[in-house]
Amino acid sequence: MALVDERVAHGHSESHHHELGFWQKYVFSQDHKVIGIQYGFTSLCFLLFGFSLMMMMRWSLAYPNQPIPLVGKLLKASGGIIAPELYNQLGAMHGTIMVFLGIVPLAVGAFGNYVVPLQIGAPDMAFPKLNMASYWSYFIGGVIMLSSFFAPGGAAQSGWTSYPPLSDIAPTGQTMWLFGMLFLIISSVLGSMNFLVTIIQLRAPGLTWMRLPFFVWAQFVTSFLLLLAFPALQAAAVLQMMDRLAGTSFFLPSGLVVSGQQLAVAGGGSPLLWQHLFWFLAHPEVYVLILPAFGIIAEVIANNTRKPLWGYRSMVYAVTFLGFMSFIVWAHHMFMTGMGTVMSTFFQTTTMIISIPSVIVLTALIISLWGASIRYTVPMLFALAFLPMFAIGGLTGLPLGLAPSDIHLHDTYYVIGHFHYVVAPGTIFAMFAGIYYWFPKITGRMMSSKLGQLHFWPSFLFINGIFMPMFIQGLAGVQRRLYDGGASYSHAQPVLHWNVFMSISAWCLALSQIPFIINLFWSIRKGQKVGANPWEATTLEWAAAPSPPIAHGNFPEVPTVVRGPYDYSLPGASQDFVPQHQPQPQEA
Amino acid sequence: MEIPYNVEARPDTGVYNAKLGVWLFLASEVMLFGALFSSYVLLRTGAPPGTWHHGREFLNVPLATLNTIILIASSVTMVMSWASLKLNDFRKYRMYMGFTLLAGVGFLIVKGFEYGHKFEVGLFPKSNIFLAIYFTLTGLHGLHVIGGMIVNGYLLGPGAKMWKTEPERFTNRIEVAGLYWHFVDLVWIFLFPTLYLL
Repeated sequence: MALVDERVAHGHSESHHHELGFWQKYVFSQDHKVIGIQYGFTSLCFLLFGFSLMMMMRWSLAYPNQPIPLVGKLLKASGGIIAPELYNQLGAMHGTIMVFLGIVPLAVGAFGNYVVPLQIGAPDMAFPKLNMASYWSYFIGGVIMLSSFFAPGGAAQSGWTSYPPLSDIAPTGQTMWLFGMLFLIISSVLGSMNFLVTIIQLRAPGLTWMRLPFFVWAQFVTSFLLLLAFPALQAAAVLQMMDRLAGTSFFLPSGLVVSGQQLAVAGGGSPLLWQHLFWFLAHPEVYVLILPAFGIIAEVIANNTRKPLWGYRSMVYAVTFLGFMSFIVWAHHMFMTGMGTVMSTFFQTTTMIISIPSVIVLTALIISLWGASIRYTVPMLFALAFLPMFAIGGLTGLPLGLAPSDIHLHDTYYVIGHFHYVVAPGTIFAMFAGIYYWFPKITGRMMSSKLGQLHFWPSFLFINGIFMPMFIQGLAGVQRRLYDGGASYSHAQPVLHWNVFMSISAWCLALSQIPFIINLFWSIRKGQKVGANPWEATTLEWAAAPSPPIAHGNFPEVPTVVRGPYDYSLPGASQDFVPQHQPQPQEA
Repeated sequence: MEIPYNVEARPDTGVYNAKLGVWLFLASEVMLFGALFSSYVLLRTGAPPGTWHHGREFLNVPLATLNTIILIASSVTMVMSWASLKLNDFRKYRMYMGFTLLAGVGFLIVKGFEYGHKFEVGLFPKSNIFLAIYFTLTGLHGLHVIGGMIVNGYLLGPGAKMWKTEPERFTNRIEVAGLYWHFVDLVWIFLFPTLYLL
């Protein structure tokens, strides 16, 4: 711990050298920690906003054609009722905001930015200016997306997948969606390039690849996916933009009839082309959502089981393999398009193969719990909940990856249940684990454990209350994207009562987030003060001072790494953890 | 605290940060143009027999050949400008970089002439699916040329001051800008036969 004391002692004298102004320090900052916090705050706001859109949708699903309380006053034109057109906007924007403006920026932008340079012992990211550009590009993309609600005809309403021909002929909001997406893609490409260079070039001396914390590995593979998959959507967005603005017909087939009239376009396009390009991005994107979550969960589990991760190497190989495979599974989203059985056979085979590495990671994490004396801290509660929740999400995906069962389940609530289990109680729980875990590093104070428990238990209960009935409805054949939740279909009647149950669960889930929001702001000022390493963890970020100084590097001197990332309970050591930069266990 | 390996190469990876960065960026660019080329292939193979328009019906092959020669020449001068700096000859660097920039301008003038002619005879992106992909691909490539010229112009003008203070870092910048410029050239080498000849 000598390193830390030195850091604190030098902190004051150093900070006098070249003090930055307020704007440079906190707004247009080039420091990875400030940018990480900016990403975190912005993306949490977007998550809350996307969640609010969903709560409005849940009203329409449970009580279709009835005036919605509270926000209903804003919808004067329809008398407070959520019209089908508005429901479509809410649905498309909920998906877009949650995926592209919420979870990815939080998982990669926030956690990646804050933690990766610290964990590899670097003074900052490799390209600080690009890092700033990346955040502001994301911010502009977000503003464009939000302002599209005020466009004539409203926001994008062709689903988060923006399938043409519908999206080609949708109102202006769709053009704004495309522009917003271009900014988000630029942000992601710049960011992922920066992460890759940082991890490859700026690792501290002695930090070899197999000594990297698993979180860094997860971010490394994630960055490759972002770098190589996003350009496909960029290409698709450019083509759709041409369709909408220059009158081309990339996605409009010849002789397309809209509202009884043949469209006056040259034709010759292919709607399927969009689906191929879109899913070439969006399937790797699914792994972009889950890999950083794996990383966070691995850190939290190793720390709270006080044991090395079981099968660290297998986990690394698994996520690398997963990264490669994720590029050749995209068309399993398209079994119903009539692309042919040969294609379906190929893609269902690759899909079955890609489930193996996920299972390896999950199994390794579960076996890591074996025989441990577990510390049930708040981050660990979220991590423990993640394991079965992600397992449910993953295993329910298998019937969707096989063409015969997918024909029945395609576009039903079963699909919604499946991927929400992966991203909501899966990824978002991992994000919460990460926030509780690294909060003391960021602020130098702990978050309240009591409020944390009050956040975790109801969230765990209600999130299952939302998504579990979706499997029941989906198996009964209730389709997604219906503003009335299936009320107008006779086959949906036996399972229709679940809609009210799910909606009440969703609103209760919103209430369960109040302790978290209070905890977050209260703990910044009033949380219990702690030292540099409150969790007694081994990785390098805990060797930096609590709340490391801005724009002056992270470590007083470059740490030299001498051991693997998870030397917990090392035989012969005086403590049950030995930090990565500590030479002899006896000194600990 | 200075960020390590900004100028000198990291021993175990053999590259400095910006060089690795630009290679990764180019990998992403390959995926962007790869997606668009794949779209071209899908649209063309998916067209009912006899309905696909061929480039030679509308496009001016001699002008495109001229543009190909201009771009390849500019790639050569770009390398020469970097080599001049390596040989510590700043005057020659300015000359070769000037040529590179001039070649970029020349390329855009020829391209602008081609575009203008198409519009005059009433050929627009919306006319048919071939022209749609032609204008999209060459337009996006043109934007990349303009982007490269902005960087090159900066390195020739205000950015050249760095030669006095940090010559090694400046030379690296030319190398990185050169890698990007060669990529833009390479894209055209693929575009030319795909759109004009096949």
